Amino acid sequence: MSARSTAAAVRAGERSARSVVEEHLAVIDSHEGEIHAFNLVLADEALTRADDLDRRIADGEDPGPLAGVPVALKDNLCTRGIDTTCGSRILEGWRPPYDATVVERLAGAGAVAIGKTNLDEFAMGSSTENSAFGPTRNPLDTSRVPGGSSGGSAAAVAAGFAPLALGSDTGGSIRQPAALCGTVGVKPTYGRVSRYGLVAFGSSLDQIGPFANSVEDAALLLEVIGGHDPRDSTSIPEASPDLLGGLGQGVEGLRIGLISELMGGPDQAASVEGIADDVRARVEQAAEALAAAGATVEHASVPSTIYGLSAYYLIAPAEASSNLARFDGVRFGLRVDADTAAEMNTATRTAGFGDEVKRRIMLGTYALSAGYYDAYYGKSQKVRTLIQQDFARAYESFDLLLSPTAPTTAFPLGDKTGDPMLMYLNDVCTIPSNLAGHPSMSVPFGSGDDGLPVGVQVLAPALAEATMFRAAAVLEEAAP
Amino acid sequence: MSEQPLIPGWEVVIGLEVHAELATVTKMFSSAPNQFGGEPNTNVDPVSLGLPGSLPVLNERAVELAIRVGLALDCRIQRSVFARKNYFYPDMPKDFQISQYDLPINGVGSLELPDGRRIGIERAHLEEDTGKSTHVGGGGRIHEAGHSLIDYNRSGVPLIEIVSAPDMRGAEDARAYVSELRAILVAIGASDGKMEEGSMRVDCNVSVRREGTTELGTRCEVKNINSLRSMGRAIEYEARRQVDLIESGETVEQQTRHWNEDDGCTHKLRSKEEAYDYRYFPEPDLVPVEPSDEWIAEIRATLPMLPRDRRRRLADVAAVEPSDTALTVERGMDDLAVDTIAAGADAARVLVHVENNLADGAGELTAASFAALVAMETGGDLTATQAKTVLADLVASGGDPTAHAATHGFEAMDTSDLEDLVDRLIAEHPDDWAGFVGGDDRERRKKSGFFVGLVMRATQGQADGRIVNELLARRATE
Repeated sequence: MSARSTAAAVRAGERSARSVVEEHLAVIDSHEGEIHAFNLVLADEALTRADDLDRRIADGEDPGPLAGVPVALKDNLCTRGIDTTCGSRILEGWRPPYDATVVERLAGAGAVAIGKTNLDEFAMGSSTENSAFGPTRNPLDTSRVPGGSSGGSAAAVAAGFAPLALGSDTGGSIRQPAALCGTVGVKPTYGRVSRYGLVAFGSSLDQIGPFANSVEDAALLLEVIGGHDPRDSTSIPEASPDLLGGLGQGVEGLRIGLISELMGGPDQAASVEGIADDVRARVEQAAEALAAAGATVEHASVPSTIYGLSAYYLIAPAEASSNLARFDGVRFGLRVDADTAAEMNTATRTAGFGDEVKRRIMLGTYALSAGYYDAYYGKSQKVRTLIQQDFARAYESFDLLLSPTAPTTAFPLGDKTGDPMLMYLNDVCTIPSNLAGHPSMSVPFGSGDDGLPVGVQVLAPALAEATMFRAAAVLEEAAP
Repeated sequence: MSEQPLIPGWEVVIGLEVHAELATVTKMFSSAPNQFGGEPNTNVDPVSLGLPGSLPVLNERAVELAIRVGLALDCRIQRSVFARKNYFYPDMPKDFQISQYDLPINGVGSLELPDGRRIGIERAHLEEDTGKSTHVGGGGRIHEAGHSLIDYNRSGVPLIEIVSAPDMRGAEDARAYVSELRAILVAIGASDGKMEEGSMRVDCNVSVRREGTTELGTRCEVKNINSLRSMGRAIEYEARRQVDLIESGETVEQQTRHWNEDDGCTHKLRSKEEAYDYRYFPEPDLVPVEPSDEWIAEIRATLPMLPRDRRRRLADVAAVEPSDTALTVERGMDDLAVDTIAAGADAARVLVHVENNLADGAGELTAASFAALVAMETGGDLTATQAKTVLADLVASGGDPTAHAATHGFEAMDTSDLEDLVDRLIAEHPDDWAGFVGGDDRERRKKSGFFVGLVMRATQGQADGRIVNELLARRATE
């Protein structure tokens, strides 16, 4: 049952919120042991909340468009009085004194927070194997990763633990796990969704976005969490977009470009490497489906996207090195005592951070250091500008762009943990949207040779989520 | 006016970095109160504690006050970008400070000292303050402390950092600059400028060079200066230290040094090599600040008269040099002085009274009563001494100077009575009179003082010293 129809039933008094929550808790009970989607299941809180909603509905109140719908929250979203770990030992036991804006908006829409989902530590990773609390497994094949960093959220939706989940996407952390788990995942325009209460990784890239089992549910959730927030200075001063209204409009007359540089393959000279043939075939098939639905589909060139990964792995770690400085043992979370404050900082951070986080802090610190700034951080900002310009040029000819979401289908646990570069390549198709600040989303479109889902990425210019969702709905309908 | 060299043969070059807390109601990036004092860690919120997930939102009032400062210092107001200054320190909750780096809100400007000289301003930028550590045990010294307590009430308080050009040449210059800057900040309502509460703090960049040379020497930055007095001491100590080094054949190393009030010395904190690499980069959580011309014009329209304009205005009215009006303006009595002069009072007498007799404030004194008093004085109805007494009455209780004078029994002496008295005293002291008539200038001055003193004693201060002197001069030529 979709989130939208569940909410409708609950609002109409046809179903109790309690029954909805109990049903999902039962699924969690039977499968969470093997999946490990959650760092924390909020069973009691969710039931209390459901009862409260049921009482309000009985009193004639309308709790809102997500009445009684369980939503799983990535564990880097602040929840008042509830553990928020970011998948790190350094924050174990920390309970924020405030709710993230998106958490407040969910509550205001009648949703029920069902748990905090697992993630790569501080959202740094593409497989959820970098969590300090153990990996999450892909519900479609538990020997495989769910992708990451929002692997817990993707798995929760794919496993039926919750019809909706929130993740955060800095370089692909919503879209890539959505692709690997066969769900819809959306990274909105930078500034569309408030970052207030999202524990920062790369502040200029981070966006919160929805996971859902359908394009329609993803649209519903984005409508609820989107819109201006005065607590985030980078928040776009606009109301949340109407997405549901245009979902059925199709793609007739839209110009859609297949990004050559992100397709790989023998006939693509200047392209990223590592795009699997079965993935490419599905994306080409998706392009055909859009053409069949009335869109004009052509090859598009966004040349500088091939440098996106390199620029990203300087910009994101640079910002992270600064964002993660505050985890110093002074005010919250872990503290490993030592003789001086500086030694305490070092001991705490050494014990509290995992290897990948340390690697990125060092990378970022180096990129910002005196004498290296221009060569690394400075140059990567120029690449970022180039990518923005290339997209702008492409969008003069196209309404939307298309590419694979991830180079491959879900890979086995442990497959890439020994080689960070190999792991980073997972985000080669998703990173350009973050660097540009543009929206993009992953829609499941058939499966690869291994029978695991393939995601197609729909990219749109800033603020064009409504058009993007129209194409996504067509793909969903046409998916094999 | 230029300063006497502190060390013969050497010129001291000083540039100052002044941090002033802006007088906003709330903090720079959150709605926590900006208040001095209060129980530790009560004026805090997720943003000023740097809690994970919190985001800064710029306080518009802080920007407005910064622009006021920029306008008052004739700075170019420009598009500015916040940057993160990264370094670990326990009282800095995010372990980075939000500041401005290559694009400060206020670009180059200048500050005019009371003597008319201009000190260049390189920039005046916005940044946030840190918390405060208290080291417990070990006499409060960080290295010996058993543990430290941190109060984040000050964390996130908006600061403006005003960086001067190296245009000052000694401790006096530095004091004049800081006093003037403080007066400006207070006048425009940007800051309360209280050095003792730490709402205004000064770091001094000091270097020395041989007189006649133009190349700048290697500078040292001196921190931990808590008053104008210690700033002067610190500059003088540091300049001598650097000269001693050079004269003994050594070189000055670029250092950050710590002023110790107790031993009167500066001590090395860190060398250039040990300096932090702050890894500045644009603050991604904030957007550039681009004040519109209209907004800047609106702010300019609300600026009060600045100290330098007050000095000029009073100087024009009083027909003196602006530097002669500095004390009156500093005491905030220039409005009173201007009005009193406008009411017809003798400008020189007005300024003398303000400078010598109104150090504790003007109280109930009005321009009208002040002018009436000065008129009585210059008209010979009151002596200078009597005028001072009546002025004190006017300050204490207001009213009419004539009535106060009458209460004291001050009446102008009849000139013929005074002539008789002077003649009698001349007759009684023939030797002194001979000294007055025939002595050199010095002797004549001495004897004049002697006779005026006798007259004053005989008249219980009611005689006008000026008239007595005129009588003596007349008799001497008769």
